Amino acid sequence: MTSLPCNTVNVDTPPVVSTEPRNVIRAFIVLGFFALVSLSSFAVDHRFIYYSAYLWFGFTYGMSLQYGRFCMASAIRDLFAVGVPRMAVGIMIAVVLFSLVSALVTVAGKSTFHPSPIGLYSVIGGLIFGIGMVYTGGCASGSLYKTGEGSIAALLVVLSLSFTQVFLVDAGGWLNQLIPAAWTQATLAQDLPAVITPTDGWYDQFLAGYVWNLKAHTVGELLGFTNTVYAAFIGNSLINSIIPAILILAGIYVRWFRKGYLRDNKSQYQGFRTELAGYWSMITASKRTAIAGLVLGVAAGLHMWVMQGLQFRLGISNAGELLSGMGYSGLSIQDTVFDPGYFYITTQEAQGAAWVVQKLGFNVTDNIFFGLDNGVPNPILNPVLWMSIALVGGAAVMALLNNEFKLKMPTLEIATWAIFGGILMGIGARIGLGCNIGAFFATVTNGDPSGWLFGLGMTVGGFIGVKFFNWWIERQMAKEMSAFDL
Amino acid sequence: MAVKFEKTGDGTYVLDVQGYVCPHPQLYTKKGMEKLKQGEILDLIFDNPSSGESIMAMCQAEGNEIIEQKKEAGKTTMRWRIRKS
Repeated sequence: MTSLPCNTVNVDTPPVVSTEPRNVIRAFIVLGFFALVSLSSFAVDHRFIYYSAYLWFGFTYGMSLQYGRFCMASAIRDLFAVGVPRMAVGIMIAVVLFSLVSALVTVAGKSTFHPSPIGLYSVIGGLIFGIGMVYTGGCASGSLYKTGEGSIAALLVVLSLSFTQVFLVDAGGWLNQLIPAAWTQATLAQDLPAVITPTDGWYDQFLAGYVWNLKAHTVGELLGFTNTVYAAFIGNSLINSIIPAILILAGIYVRWFRKGYLRDNKSQYQGFRTELAGYWSMITASKRTAIAGLVLGVAAGLHMWVMQGLQFRLGISNAGELLSGMGYSGLSIQDTVFDPGYFYITTQEAQGAAWVVQKLGFNVTDNIFFGLDNGVPNPILNPVLWMSIALVGGAAVMALLNNEFKLKMPTLEIATWAIFGGILMGIGARIGLGCNIGAFFATVTNGDPSGWLFGLGMTVGGFIGVKFFNWWIERQMAKEMSAFDL
Repeated sequence: MAVKFEKTGDGTYVLDVQGYVCPHPQLYTKKGMEKLKQGEILDLIFDNPSSGESIMAMCQAEGNEIIEQKKEAGKTTMRWRIRKS
């Protein structure tokens, strides 16, 4: 056993231990695998460079997430559960930076972003997702990076949320009875192709009868900015991202950080100056988290720029055109596949699960989600799934370099939480039209106010999840302590 | 492997949360530390790296002192000794 020097508390990680040689080799093997995929696919067809772009950004996200232990579940959960603001601070740093890069990308005419409709569904979806992610121990991106660390529990979460979405978007029958008649009528009025049977599916009617009738705008548009620079930087970045982030951080500082900071600095209290110093101390408390937030924010913005550039270069607006051009199938009836052009999670996982379900003989394309919009391409040919798989790979490389990779089988208890929480995350993600990344991180940073509605729901859901977990843990500890008086 | 919380001596306790993922290790640690009296020691054993960050920050916020950190070479298991402030 290696005994490390006695250590006073340091918010950053434990003392660094050098990478074990076998882990370096393993890390290079993983990196080499993705390099091989990239190069060989390009050799087969140069248009696979579009896929490689998704892959390497995914790899970068994975490395950053693992390095900074970046997890939105942690951001919300650890605030309420143990009073630790570290991750919430990191998220806000990433939000500010991504918003600035997004504004730049927008001004340059390279943005691939489209705002989501603004409605109560975002809060409800976020709430269900928030409860689920506390139970699983990780958000969608967090579960992916922890899969890269070797956590089979995290893999169960990803599988659970993936297959849940497939069931949810295709379910009809008795679930149709839960749909308001107005939604059914509005769905019929959309005149959708009969092959997707829109009125036999609660999710189809949720989308076509309710969501599609809501308005979708960025803050820049809502404020009436006609100048792109003002719309992007003032409307979308400053008003929708930077100011809310500063205010949220101020609230976190007052509620969770100030007491400890003033306790450690009471002899030097100089009023507002001290408070500002404390605010800054909170932001810089965890260097790893701050660095990860910085890398994620910048990379996510650049990702949009690169994808838009490649779309222009290849003369496409959707990856479906690449697939059909190369002679592959699995597209929607509009000849499209899911291709957001930026960091996103859950939809491509659902597509992967749908492909498996389809192989088992079930029809999963008689609905809007797969049949009309996203398609069910072979996972090997799903560009956005390349991003998710590479995210896992990037996290694995970083975990190996930190000697933190370990294949961990979950206990029955943990597996149960993973599956149950994953189901809630899948439900929440589909209702909210995305997860912590697609419905929150990518939206609030691109001027979309619906992201804050999802974030609000996620926060409330996280609070509820923590309340339950506190009760559960208390109960378990009471059992353990019954043998002695404490 | 289920959670284990045992008394190992006068004023010392061990909390073993190996196999648990977030948020179990940090919540169990919080609950465990709440039960201890000032000066008492908790020997924490866990193997979830991301929980370590939260536990460390939690100790700082509550003024508890991490007096020792050990990591087994070649493994992800960590053993921390925490003194209640």
